[in-house]
Amino acid sequence: MSVDALAAAVREVLLPEQIITDRQRLRTYECDGLTHYRVVPGIVLLPRTAEECAAVVRACVANAVPFVARGSGTGLSGGALPHADGALIVTSQLRAIREMAPQDERAVLEPGVINLQVSRAANPHGYYYAPDPSSQQICSIGGNVAENSGGAHCLKYGFTANHVTGVQIVTPDGDLVRLGGRAPDAPGYDLLGAFVGSEGTLGIATEVTVRLVRLPETVRTLLAAFAGTDEAGAATSAIIAAGVVPAAVEMMDALAIEAAEAAVHCGYPGGAGAVLIVELDGPAAEVDAQFAAVEDLCRAHGAFEIRIAADDAERALFWKGRKSAFAAVGRISPDYIVQDGVIPRTALPQVLTRIGELAREHGVRVANVFHAGDGNLHPLVLFDESVAGQAERAEAVSGAILDICVEHGGSITGEHGVGVDKAKHLPRMYSPADLDTMQLVRCAFDPRGLANPGKVFPTPRLCGEVPGRRKGVHPMHESGVAEVF
Amino acid sequence: MTVLAEIAGVPAAAVASPASTAEVADVVRGAARDGLALVARGAGTRQGWALPPQRLDLILEMGGVSGLVEHAAGDLVAVVRAGTPLRDVQEALRPVGQQLALDEPLPGSTVGGTVAVNASGPRRMLYGTVRDLLIGVTVVRADGVVARAGGKVVKNVAGYDLGKLVAGSYGTLGVITECAFRLHPLPAAARFVSAPADGPDEAGRAVAAVLGSQIVPSALEIDMAEGGRLTVAALVEGVPAGVDRRAADLEKLLGDGAVQGETPPPGWGAYPWAPGDVGIKLTCALSRVPYLLTAAGVTAQLHDVPLRVRGSAGTGVLHAGLPSGTDPGVVAGVVSDLRAATRAGAGHCVVVTAPPAVRARIDVWGHVDGLDLMRRVKDQFDPAGTLAPGRFVGGI
Repeated sequence: MSVDALAAAVREVLLPEQIITDRQRLRTYECDGLTHYRVVPGIVLLPRTAEECAAVVRACVANAVPFVARGSGTGLSGGALPHADGALIVTSQLRAIREMAPQDERAVLEPGVINLQVSRAANPHGYYYAPDPSSQQICSIGGNVAENSGGAHCLKYGFTANHVTGVQIVTPDGDLVRLGGRAPDAPGYDLLGAFVGSEGTLGIATEVTVRLVRLPETVRTLLAAFAGTDEAGAATSAIIAAGVVPAAVEMMDALAIEAAEAAVHCGYPGGAGAVLIVELDGPAAEVDAQFAAVEDLCRAHGAFEIRIAADDAERALFWKGRKSAFAAVGRISPDYIVQDGVIPRTALPQVLTRIGELAREHGVRVANVFHAGDGNLHPLVLFDESVAGQAERAEAVSGAILDICVEHGGSITGEHGVGVDKAKHLPRMYSPADLDTMQLVRCAFDPRGLANPGKVFPTPRLCGEVPGRRKGVHPMHESGVAEVF
Repeated sequence: MTVLAEIAGVPAAAVASPASTAEVADVVRGAARDGLALVARGAGTRQGWALPPQRLDLILEMGGVSGLVEHAAGDLVAVVRAGTPLRDVQEALRPVGQQLALDEPLPGSTVGGTVAVNASGPRRMLYGTVRDLLIGVTVVRADGVVARAGGKVVKNVAGYDLGKLVAGSYGTLGVITECAFRLHPLPAAARFVSAPADGPDEAGRAVAAVLGSQIVPSALEIDMAEGGRLTVAALVEGVPAGVDRRAADLEKLLGDGAVQGETPPPGWGAYPWAPGDVGIKLTCALSRVPYLLTAAGVTAQLHDVPLRVRGSAGTGVLHAGLPSGTDPGVVAGVVSDLRAATRAGAGHCVVVTAPPAVRARIDVWGHVDGLDLMRRVKDQFDPAGTLAPGRFVGGI
């Protein structure tokens, strides 16, 4: 395999400005949103059309060069971490909104389109795009598809997988294939369902058809302050048990509130050990009745102050504290790790107690921010790298939190993905047979193992012969992706 | 060889009745060793769907692999064995005010069968389909290995989502033994509003008006009876006060003759065909539903057949039925015309069930995008081709 040979080959299909080989410029792409993993890519390629993207992948195949796709590079699991001897295929030049079709409740997008742009373009028609990851101002739809991105409102509306109805992909063979489309239920296997969330290991999306959702008649949001997370958790459970499906239920603990106040002065109620943001949306007659019930339930479970957003500006202020929380902890700690785990919501009190004990044992602080409605925790493990041993202890706490999630029947990732960061944790959730079975899909799509190798799965599976293409040395061995012992 | 049972007219020499995932694994491992072709069967409500197996030695009766494994009411999650009738699941959940939000177009269907064929009904409009509600799955692979994907929490992006792959795979990738589902609260109130429509264009306007409103119906259905008589019907679910207002709003949008009811209008959620008839699934982009209905009406007249169409106008998924005695050549003509119409609407036309003489005459699946990748997936999961061989798209 040779990046030089690849560079020569892609010059046939791309313009010079679409090819980056200069070491200094390559460094710009050395990491995604998970910045402590850094690898300078062998070459960066910026296709502007699906056909160029396919040609680039074919060139990678011909030269046995691994490739990694990247959108905006905001991922938090290192899914777009480059390969030193590979190509980084950046989809940011494919950024056209091809079609807004509110009459079909669909939009057709190129993968580089920014998440928030979709709602902005759909709003004038009375529609929006539901998945709203915190990074929605900069993250791309292609990246959302790769990671099956969620967001605060996926409690009610679901994830990217529930909102993508079709894709055109470049397969790891370099073929352009359509999966799904504008209509639901395309015949055959739901390869679209397998593709969304496959973290770039099954190919690259070059066009994405998404579902647009009619804007709700009304949105109502409250902020409730509690003495502690146990009370806030109990209120959350009571809301769900009452048969309410809120658009979002978000929780922050005292340390997360402290950080948010320091950073954005969101003015949350003083003395709160935890705050809940509860948002309901839908037909006014439904929301009004349920909103009153939610208020009562919060009070019944110890809320000492409840604020109701009077308008969009106040709602935005409630959310500002929550949405800024990750970055805000930078104000109260020099370094921090953002964790992403899931537990059954009812296990929240035990799990938070365990996390608290763990933090004390290891002498680090943990701020908790979470999507309480669906049990998706984002513990922020705070540390100071300049203090000897703290980084290691923080890393240990962060890893142990995932163990706690798995012990309680949860998941090691709810929305950030496995990527390079959590591949080693995947065997805690799944048996070797489970992982082997998942990789059957990978072998079907990518028998050479060239698409984002080293991500998701801790150990690559040898796939056998590439169907009808080549024989001889196993391609994954030949490409250096796998050793044969 | 003694014929003990059959699947879609294909006899099998053996029947196994396992009672657990482990027993399914034992049986499948043994079958793999002997190269036996097998089909899993739940309640058998849709064994006449898709194509008959090309080869069949063993039927796996899944009725013994049944029961609720776990119901985490506070987490709105249930784990159910595949052979459990859907009805039993709902009965177990009802006392705590919860439901698995999957309709049951064919009464008696099991969980495993419903997942295997990706069956859906009117309420797919609000709750989605199997792929949206299935959060974890256990399957026995063709080689007898037990594999699990997903889990018991709704939010989970760890590993590939094999649940989506097996949903609608007609038993060709593995034997489904256990499913974990996201649940929903049972609504406190529900109301149906239906109205006749004078032709596809008027029906289309009513559908578009409801879609453009902010009423958020759980279902928006259309029914075209023999002769072309059209009814548009919607379902709203929620709190009593909300349902009252939304139903009143719907009544205005659906126009003259709209009526409210506590019970579903006739035919609600049922396929527009009887056992032994020809059953067709039609999909299209939402805005093309009126066009598709017009085309169906013209097709019925042209071929002089009593074509009934019914389905989810709110999602673009309709079903059509023709009587069992319809001449296969005529069915082929109807399917060809409907296929042209769905293609023009960016959708598909699949003959989901038909008498043998009809199946022999037509391509039941029609055009399938990504077929090469699908074959490669099948080759990986079932290289010897022993799981429901030949039932699925492209001879898979």
